[in-house]
Amino acid sequence: MQQFADSLLDGGILAGLPRSLGYALVVAFFAFVLLNFIMLIAGVTSWLERRVWARIQSRVGPNRVGPQGVIQWLADGIKNVLKEDIVPTAADKLLFKAAPYLAMIGFFGAWACVPFGDGLIVADLNVGVLYITAVTGLVVVGILMAGWSSNNKWALLGGIRSAAQIVSYEIPAAIAINTVILLTGTLSMQSIIRQQGWAPWNWFLFDNPFTFVAFFIFFVALLAEGNRTPFDLPEAESELVAGAFTEYSGLRSLLFFLVEWGNLYVIGALCTTLFLGGWQVPAFTDNAVIQGALQFVVFFAKSYFLVFVAMWIRATLPRVRVDQLMSLCWKYLVPISFVNLVGAMLWVVAFPNGWMPARVVMFLFGAALVLYFFSRVAFHLRRARPELTFNPIS
Amino acid sequence: MDAADIHRRLREQLGNLVSAELKLADWSLCDVKPQSVAEVCRFLRDEPDLAFDCLSNLSAVDRKGEDTIEVYYHLFSYGHRHRLALRAATPRPDPILPTVSHLWPIANWLEREAFDLLGVRFAGHPDLRRILMPEDWVGHPLRKDFVEPEEYHGISTRRESLLKL
Amino acid sequence: MSTNAIDIDVERETPAGFETEEMTLNMGPQHPSTHGVLRFVVKADGEVMRRAIPDIGYLHRSIEKIAEKVGYHGFMPYTDRVDYVSAMQCNQGWAMACEALAGIEVPRRGEYCRVIASEFGRLASHLLSVGATGMDIGAMTPFTHAIREREYINDILEELCGARLTFNYMRIGGCAWDLPPGFAKRAIAFLDRFEPLIDEYNELISFNKIYVERLANVAIVPPEMAIAWNLVGPNLRGSGVKYDVRKDAPYSVYPELEFDVPVGTGERGTLGDSYDRYMVRMREMKESCRILRQALDGIPPGPVIAKVPRTFKPPAGDVYVRVEGSRGDMGWFVVSDGSAFPYRVHIRTGSFAAMAIIEELSKGLMIADLVAVIASLDIVAPEVDR
Repeated sequence: MQQFADSLLDGGILAGLPRSLGYALVVAFFAFVLLNFIMLIAGVTSWLERRVWARIQSRVGPNRVGPQGVIQWLADGIKNVLKEDIVPTAADKLLFKAAPYLAMIGFFGAWACVPFGDGLIVADLNVGVLYITAVTGLVVVGILMAGWSSNNKWALLGGIRSAAQIVSYEIPAAIAINTVILLTGTLSMQSIIRQQGWAPWNWFLFDNPFTFVAFFIFFVALLAEGNRTPFDLPEAESELVAGAFTEYSGLRSLLFFLVEWGNLYVIGALCTTLFLGGWQVPAFTDNAVIQGALQFVVFFAKSYFLVFVAMWIRATLPRVRVDQLMSLCWKYLVPISFVNLVGAMLWVVAFPNGWMPARVVMFLFGAALVLYFFSRVAFHLRRARPELTFNPIS
Repeated sequence: MDAADIHRRLREQLGNLVSAELKLADWSLCDVKPQSVAEVCRFLRDEPDLAFDCLSNLSAVDRKGEDTIEVYYHLFSYGHRHRLALRAATPRPDPILPTVSHLWPIANWLEREAFDLLGVRFAGHPDLRRILMPEDWVGHPLRKDFVEPEEYHGISTRRESLLKL
Repeated sequence: MSTNAIDIDVERETPAGFETEEMTLNMGPQHPSTHGVLRFVVKADGEVMRRAIPDIGYLHRSIEKIAEKVGYHGFMPYTDRVDYVSAMQCNQGWAMACEALAGIEVPRRGEYCRVIASEFGRLASHLLSVGATGMDIGAMTPFTHAIREREYINDILEELCGARLTFNYMRIGGCAWDLPPGFAKRAIAFLDRFEPLIDEYNELISFNKIYVERLANVAIVPPEMAIAWNLVGPNLRGSGVKYDVRKDAPYSVYPELEFDVPVGTGERGTLGDSYDRYMVRMREMKESCRILRQALDGIPPGPVIAKVPRTFKPPAGDVYVRVEGSRGDMGWFVVSDGSAFPYRVHIRTGSFAAMAIIEELSKGLMIADLVAVIASLDIVAPEVDR
């Protein structure tokens, strides 16, 4: 983005302006574009989640507002904005009003480093992955503030549970990231992707058995960080209404929900970048624009696939209780990820440039898993019973 | 054991506390002196041949005509699969019975319900307060002479005739 | 993963001299955990509860007093509302109590119709219970699947009596209407579809590790405690006591029908924990299907209702009749004074005892477990408060 701003200031539209003002304008412009894009993605993710849930639960889901209900989120968003803004009398007003914005800042900041294509990234920081992990920690502060300032014991419980959960699961997530960083030697998101290839056996997922295990640890830890089932006890509907966000209404609650659904996409984007080869596509044309568009589509598709898996898991699995959640993290995931890391270190020492046969074997193993899955799906489809219709006259 | 044998055992052990006649039915019924309910129930529960380990029901009935409130105890034994019903009559102006909540824990709530709806007090009950009605309700609703209060916390209980247009 | 209930000492002061207060939370009458209007005052030390004190009476409709005003026939629709999730069995309880008072015998076809209606009601109720347990634990999908099956049962019962929730199908002396033509065919079509689905629901959720960990070893009720607290029905059988009113104190035509009584076995935890109660309900659904097939097969011709006078005046006396409802045996205690209006009606329900025992069971459980316990004991508010 720096080069882009410089090019504009030196010879382009903004020539003649003082440097800092020019930079500020460019940053504001990109932030505006990104914000709109994020809202769109968060909204569409919410629509997709509701349709996917509904089909899994043998219902239909929203299908009225717009073709197949695609702009349902827009209708819900407008409705939420128009709702009465209630601040409980005994709540800590400053913290109550500030909490959603803190969560938004934490969530929004992570998007500066999400790579949509080769060059389609807002800021390719050389500490990209670390930056994302750090900035998403601000969301915890937002949730804690929301829980505390609501002056509601249930919200407090939800906020505390959420904070404990997110903070604990940062550790296996970070260690799993390290497993990949061992291979790349750099934290920059674009460099990580450039070191992978477009073919599945060139992805880091199949590079060696240790990154394969690290992918699952990473995915589970990120699910817990995003407060998604099976780790959504902080916002368990059966007990705490909406957990830390119980007292929020109108625009403020809308911001929290956007954070949740947008976070889902960040989960998918992170996993795609680190393990699934990012935006890598085979070189079809020389035209940079078409190639860029293709990369964008591929990245989007991969991250949305993981988003779909997360939604699928949410519709299927029950909730894990808080103490079981904590013991899962500290007694199981952390030791496993440490062992994994040590194994990955040994692997990198043994094979500094990777070992092709291992990649092929892992890829075949992954393909076998996918084929087995599809065979089970076919089995159940063949066994499915048709719906009954009752006609009392017949 | 069938009901007649159980009744005979009761008369042997506790004599006058239990009435001499047994009304035979599906749940055969015998009357018990009100002040000795706890003693009779303890014997029925602890005696190994009888082993009435379950209090299936505790109901109070307002006999306005006879100026008593009768409390029925339906006892059941899962060990021996036999059953018995007891009845204790207390004077209506001041109905007091000893509690059996130390024998069967469910009696705690059943007795609270009898107290709430009919006003029977149970001596020795650990926590005798209203259970179904609000705490500040006045009166015992299932009594035959219960008159509904005109209003409760400003909500009127009277309404206009539905026939008026 | 650690699943045992945590053993807490009631310590007020830590060694450093801080006084750690316990929080008093209110799990209020309005709550997303859909079991009706129930209220708990929870005294908790962080996540672990010291006590959960139930506060009932929010759905008290004085049904027992209303009985004294509307007469014997007129009370039948009110009995639906005693447990509206499985209303047929409540109808049967009241009808049987009145018939016991007056010595009326129900024709055989009427009894068979009653059994068919009751068992469909039991299926519907267990479906709702199992689905709600899943939903409270967090799995939302089994609930919607269970409701979908329940809708089919509602369709069948709507054919029978016109209502989908509060049926008012039975009358004193028999049933109101005979089975419509083709009823057996459609009912069997439903059973053919439904029985394999029970296994499918089992695969979907019952053996899921997270689900088992949430339910196993939670709120263990040993058999002696279950009996002393007068737990009935699947709650009692989940604790290992093999007692079912349909088998051990049979009524109607149940002696002629063959079925088993599933009992909890402590398969995934300890005997008498929440998982046992849940599995007993799943297995009871299969047994209900068996009963239904036999009843639909062997229903004799004849009238469905005996001749009962319009003004029903049973002789003076009292009767205590028990019916195996979905939530355990309901005791119907009716006192008659010879007039056309009951003198006293008392309904002793299974959920009343289940609410009472929660205060005892909740010591040491976590707040997240409280919801699971309420769901596994299958408490519905109308039964508790009447």
